Order: sequence, then structure tokens, then C-alpha cells
Amino acid sequence: MPSGAIAAAPRARIGSCIDSTTRGSRLPIKFPFSRRAAPSDAWTKCPTCDAQVFNKQLERNQRLCPSCGHHFRMSVGERIDLLLDPGSFEERDAGLESVDRLGFHDDRAYTDRLEASRLKTGLRDAVVWGIGAVEGHRVAIGIFDFRFMGGSMGSVVGEKLARCFETALADRIPAIVVSASGGARMQEGTLALMQLAKTTAPLVRLDDAGVPFITVLTDPTTGGVLASFASLGDVILAEPRALIGFAGARVASDTVGEEMPDGFQSAEFLLAHGFIDAVVARSDLRASLSRLLRLLPVAAVDDGQPASADRVRGPLGAISGLAERLGGAVSETIGIDVESPADGNGTGPSSSSPSEREEAR
Amino acid sequence: MSDAPLMERAAAPTPAATEEAWRRVQLARHPQRPRTLDLLPLIFEGFFELHGDRAFGDDPAIVGGPATLDGVAVMVIGHQKGTDTESNILRNFGSPHPEGFRKAQRLMRLADKLGMPVVTFLDTAGAFPGPAAEERGQAEAIASSVKLMTGLQVPIVVVVLGEGGSGGALAIGVGDVVLALENAVYSVISPEGCASILWRSRDEARSAAAAMRMTAQDQVDLGVVDGIIAEPGDGAHTDHGATAQALKAAIVSALRRLSGRETTELLASRYARLRAMGSYLETGTVSPGRPKVPSLRRRIGRILHLPSVPRRPRWSEIWPSDDADDESERGA
Repeated sequence: MPSGAIAAAPRARIGSCIDSTTRGSRLPIKFPFSRRAAPSDAWTKCPTCDAQVFNKQLERNQRLCPSCGHHFRMSVGERIDLLLDPGSFEERDAGLESVDRLGFHDDRAYTDRLEASRLKTGLRDAVVWGIGAVEGHRVAIGIFDFRFMGGSMGSVVGEKLARCFETALADRIPAIVVSASGGARMQEGTLALMQLAKTTAPLVRLDDAGVPFITVLTDPTTGGVLASFASLGDVILAEPRALIGFAGARVASDTVGEEMPDGFQSAEFLLAHGFIDAVVARSDLRASLSRLLRLLPVAAVDDGQPASADRVRGPLGAISGLAERLGGAVSETIGIDVESPADGNGTGPSSSSPSEREEAR
Repeated sequence: MSDAPLMERAAAPTPAATEEAWRRVQLARHPQRPRTLDLLPLIFEGFFELHGDRAFGDDPAIVGGPATLDGVAVMVIGHQKGTDTESNILRNFGSPHPEGFRKAQRLMRLADKLGMPVVTFLDTAGAFPGPAAEERGQAEAIASSVKLMTGLQVPIVVVVLGEGGSGGALAIGVGDVVLALENAVYSVISPEGCASILWRSRDEARSAAAAMRMTAQDQVDLGVVDGIIAEPGDGAHTDHGATAQALKAAIVSALRRLSGRETTELLASRYARLRAMGSYLETGTVSPGRPKVPSLRRRIGRILHLPSVPRRPRWSEIWPSDDADDESERGA
């Protein structure tokens, strides 16, 4: 791609933003040297312990409150830094953009809301996906950013996650989603609702192909996102005290006519009721993911044909999988190179036959 | 850049469009509109209702069981609203709890085991949002229902009878063919719910109904619904018998089209149907990305206490600097 095209693209975008500002919408133009009047940019009040936390301190401290450990929400970039090996993340499908198919207008047009979110976050939509490594384990990972229209799932989010899962299937690497979302994006109507099914359908194929899928629920994960892939992880982790529930409190209390009890949609509540596997503090999240990825490897295939929708594990799949997992240790202790067996029976170069694995053991 | 069509700002719906959308919502919710249990004996023979999710209880808001359609055994599952206050309380106004979806899953697995096609009827304002439903895993129940249906190895025909409300409808609404009665509506959230979130007032439900484009015809235009079944006279509530006949003809013809297919072909086309849902633009540009080394802009930004300055694309317009160069180098 010519480098000029890349440099020119954001400029076209900015031009259009300024246009819409002058047309009278509420998009702010902030100049770099204007004085910030309120200290709100430098300080944040902790909602749990009411302490005033210096923002720079938050950034340095994984966005945890230094006095009470409250988990503040994180941007996509901060998540990538937190979870993935430095420099390992390679974003995919960054060019997908939402379209206002319905011509949706409440008190503001959907396009204005999109543009405001793009300005605020520098993202094109509420999810970023790509290939990265968690302590050396290669994964396909999708990460939500709640700042972009409440992390809501519209066509772009659904498409990106579906591609994330399909890539995990094709490359036979684990899939991870870190969710932070209010649910389906109402401005896209039933097209947003259909993203529940669109993101769920590839998970059936991951099951058939033996590819693990892990979800990390962060504050907040509600509505259509929880009612689809987020609840369907082979392993589901959550951050402490994250709000996780099906119906938003406002919708619920409007419908049922009673106030919801305190803490009934928290991560701890879900753990107690058996819907998630563990509540993991942010400081342990990367290590926990790494341990899980080691303990839950992608199932071995014995015919060298990855990415098939049919179940491809043979009867010896479990054994060869075990050999693969023990491979490193075995070669260290008995000095046999199990990773490059002689090409005996015409299996593909990417996988060795189960019998050879057994010999190696 | 192809921003031009995207930046076209939508106008608020006209009063006429708002009234028309609201009229359809009212028809879809009409108290005399035929419900699942009204239609079953008129369309199928020998319906035998099965109860319970085998784990917690039975949810009267979802009914289902085997029946025959023109001599072919099928599994029928549908939301069930009441017709008066008493029956509406029994049926929880057609809003299922998790056990309802788990009962539906049980029946679908049975259909899968026996190779019976599945026919579902959608008529709910949405899954019940109360504390009891949350406790028993409402979201998980919907998610696993949707997942089961995407992989079910038998044909599925879905008919939106009245209200297709959100996840509670989709949980039994993933199919190979999705049909809708003429005055049915389908939406991501009830108009009242949408109004209470976006307009912060339930009174704006009419505007929300129009904005969400929830009528059957809109859904056909969006590709969510495949076909519309015409209703008799002024609406389905005027003639249950004629509505049932129209439904029966449509379901039989849909099942006939599906019955000849191999399982793998059926699943592949169901996957492709879902995969095509949505509307987005694929631009050829890469993401703004983040510089690996702090740039001059970032360093100045830090001195001036402007957090995350360099990540915002508008700065690159104000200071076209080394970042853009970094990116183009990386992109090349």
C-alpha cells in the first residue's frame, strides 16, 4: 500500500468531523494549548472508596484504585498492554466501519453519535481484534472498549468477532474475548440483534474442531453481549465487582416495578450462582490466562487437515495431544526431538502421526 | 475516503411514519390476536404438550411438543401470551424465564435426535428481566439456545406471530427460513425499553418504534425476515381460521423446500445466512495504531498534561508529525 494513502485517510476523516461540528452538533473542538479549567482531567474520584486518584497514578497502576483496589474501566490499548506480550499484537480488519442502515435518529443522529465516539476514542468501532501472544501463547483476541458507544455490539463488532473466531478456527489457536459492553446497539435495530447469532454460530465450529474459547467479562457486560458469546466461553473469567447481568437496572426496574437489590449483578454474584469460573483480579489476569492456555491446549489433529467443520480428532487424539503437551519436557529429559519426527506415513508437515508421538513417549 | 454517504445525517421519523409504526405495534399486541396455542390445533394434528426443563421447573411462557403437519412429525415450540389478566399472569405476559428456554432446548435436542423438523412461533415482548431470572442465568439460557439452534441438524422454520422482542425472541428464533405475519414486529428491544434508554422516557415509545424500523416489511428489507404471510381482513385478530390456513401453507412450503437438503448443506446455508447479517463498510485503511516510541507530540503532550494526546486522530491533522511517518513505514 502506498504510504501516502495511509497518511491521507485520517485527514479526510477529520475534515468531515469539523464539518459536522460547524453544522451545530455538540462535537467539541479542543485545541492543544487551551487551558483545562476543571481538575477533572487530572483526577478521578473512586466510586468505591471516594478517594481522589491522580489519573497518572491510575495509568501506572493498571487502572486500579491505590487505596481500595477498585477496578476502573480500561481502554483497548491499556488492555493490550495488560494482557499481551509487548509488540506481539497485530490488529486485523481495522478498516471496518459502521453504516447507518436504518437512518436512526433519536435526539441525535446515529452518525453523529458514531463520529463523537470516534473522536473520543480514536477507534473506528467498539471492538478491536487481532492476533497476539499471552506469555508466548498465540491467540486470536477481541477486546471491547466501553468508551465507544457503551461498547455496544452492532454489525462491525459482530463481523469482527466472527472473523476473530473463524481465524482461531483456521489457525487452530485459542480465541479470547475481553468484553465490556452495554449490549446490542439499538441504533442498528434487529441487525444488531442478529449479531448475537452471528457471533455464536462460529463457536459451534470451534467446539467441533476442538479449539478453546475463553471469555473475560469486565465492567460492565450486559444485555445481548452477555446473552451470546460472552456466556459461552469454555472458561469464563470476570474482574472483581464487575457489573454483569442480562437486563440493565433501568430496564429491569421499569419492567418489574421494583428496585434491584445491591450487588445482584456482580461478578461475585455470578460466581456464587455457578455462571462463571473465577473472579480474577486484574493483576493476576495475564498469568491466569497463560495458565489456562497451557492447561487447555487446542486439540491435536491426526490427519493434517485443520479448519474442518467436522470433528477431526481421531481415537488417538487424546494421546497425541498429551504427547504434544509433554513434548518439550520429554525432549529435555530423554533427548529425543519429538517436534520433528521422520515423515513416515505422509501426514502433513504441520502435525506428526499419533503413533510417532507414542513412540516418542 | 468514502465517508460521504456515511456522514449523511438521518432525520427524525415523520409523524406519519411514527403513527404507522405504532399502529403495527398495536396490531402485533392486539388482545384478540391468535396466540401459539390458538393456532396449534388449527395448523397441526395431535399436538402433545411436553413440560419442564428437567432442572428447575416448567415455564408456561413457552409451550412446545411434537405434532404432525400434513402427516409429517414435527417439533413445535412457541411463546405463549395470555388472552386476559388471569391467563397473562399465568403466562407471565409471554416473557420467559431461563427454564422456558431450557425446556425449548430440551425439545430441540429431542427433535435433533429423532430427525424431526422444528417449527417455532415468536410472540414475546422479551425475556423476563427480573431478579429470579438473573439468578438462574437468563443470559446463559438465551446464549445456549441460540448456539444450539445454529448447530441443530434438522430444518428449522421460524414464524414471527406477534411481537418478536429481543433476545427472548431470538432464543427460539434462529432458523433456516424466518417468516413473519404481515402485522408482526421484530426488534432488538421493546419500543418502551428503547425509549427509556435513548429518550430517557417510556412515553417516547412511538418514536422508538419508528426509529427501529420494526415492522415485518422493514425486516424483510433488512434481510432478517425472508417472507411475509398476509393476514386476513383488518388483521389476524379478525379471523383466526384464515390466519392459520395462511400460516400452514407457508410453513408446509418452507419445510418442503428444506426437506431435500443434506444436513451439511443445511448447516452451511444456515451459517451463511447468519454470517451475512449486518451492514458495514470495509475501508482499505489501517487503524491509526500507536507509535512504539514516544513521539515528540506525545512528549509535549505529557509536559502539558494532555493525556492520550497522540492517539487522537485529530492531532495528526494539527501536527502532522513523525507518527504518521512511523505508520506509513510500518504499513509499507
